[in-house]
Amino acid sequence: MGNTDRPLSPHLQVYKPQLTAVLSIFHRASGVFLVIGSLLLVCWLAALAQGPESYTNVQGLLGSGIGRTLLLAWVFALFYHLCNGMRHLFWDMGLGFDIETVYASGKFVVVVAVALTLITFALAYLMRGGAL
Amino acid sequence: MAEFRLPKNSVVQPGKTFKAGNGAKNTKRFVIYRWDPSSGENPRTDTYEIDLDNCGPMVLDAVLKIKNEVDSTLSFRRSCREGVCGSCAMNIDGTNTLACTKAISDIEGDVKIYPLPHLPVVKDLVPDLTNFYAQYAAIKPWMWTQSTPPPDRERLQSKEDRAKLDGLYECILCASCSTSCPSYWWNGDRYLGPAALLQAYRWIADSRDESTGERLDELEDPFRLFRCHTIMNCTNTCPKSLNPGKAIGEIKRMIAMRTL
Repeated sequence: MGNTDRPLSPHLQVYKPQLTAVLSIFHRASGVFLVIGSLLLVCWLAALAQGPESYTNVQGLLGSGIGRTLLLAWVFALFYHLCNGMRHLFWDMGLGFDIETVYASGKFVVVVAVALTLITFALAYLMRGGAL
Repeated sequence: MAEFRLPKNSVVQPGKTFKAGNGAKNTKRFVIYRWDPSSGENPRTDTYEIDLDNCGPMVLDAVLKIKNEVDSTLSFRRSCREGVCGSCAMNIDGTNTLACTKAISDIEGDVKIYPLPHLPVVKDLVPDLTNFYAQYAAIKPWMWTQSTPPPDRERLQSKEDRAKLDGLYECILCASCSTSCPSYWWNGDRYLGPAALLQAYRWIADSRDESTGERLDELEDPFRLFRCHTIMNCTNTCPKSLNPGKAIGEIKRMIAMRTL
């Protein structure tokens, strides 16, 4: 009888997304996204070193609608990854494992990351003298 | 390597529908994963309309009713029907739990029932747990001592030390937690999974066990222990309300502390 061709039971297809798991995969996704962002930072610095012309080009690109949207995403990814990384540090110390605390700290991290992103952008626009 | 899609032979097809009898007023649809090893076909989901006015309160009651009255070919494991044996663990309404302690009234809409996720299926709702049990055996789930036992009595334990095992010893090895864990899905061949690691910690935390160092040595491995990324699906889903995520965190902390 021995059936060696057994099917694999459904997993991602049927498992209800849990907030804890979504925040976890987003931690990894934001990390990957930040690696790409760090390459962009290198491009920006290289352009700065190359001279005013290429610097203006890169600034123009970053200042465009798409550029600003991407920067917003990168700033949020940075703050989320930072805050959630601190959540991981608490876990590494054996703290905050009760399921209520895990949910509370997860929601807190998202709220703080959003707030820090908004503050950063508000400051950035203020320093430009309010011009959009 | 993580394979997010199901293999070709595992893709679930739509199946048959079994209507409730005439006169049934309070019906609910149970959509159940079916696979018959002798059919040569892909798995499918069959739908059973059940008259809740004529059925017990738990999901297991409905599944038993289906097997007894509607379709005797349905296979599943069950034994104690009161949440102490762990046999009837399955994926119900999107999370893993025991069919015998999950109330039908807690589920909105159709009741979708699948076998525990990402395991080879033996038949219908019966998954192959061979690897899961082998991993449990691998953590040496017994008192591992170095000294000779006292000749005239058992190895004794204070009430305080005994209390440290609360929340650990209650595990019934139903496999709900391990099969809810994405890390276990992608690396179940090398990652021990939350159930085995909770039990590893159960013996590490036992004051009578004398091999904490050896146990930590065997767990200190990028895969066996450290594939846990604190996703916490395990603790979310445990039908006994235990906290495998916390136990794994404790093991990681002990391994970090001993190198300091």
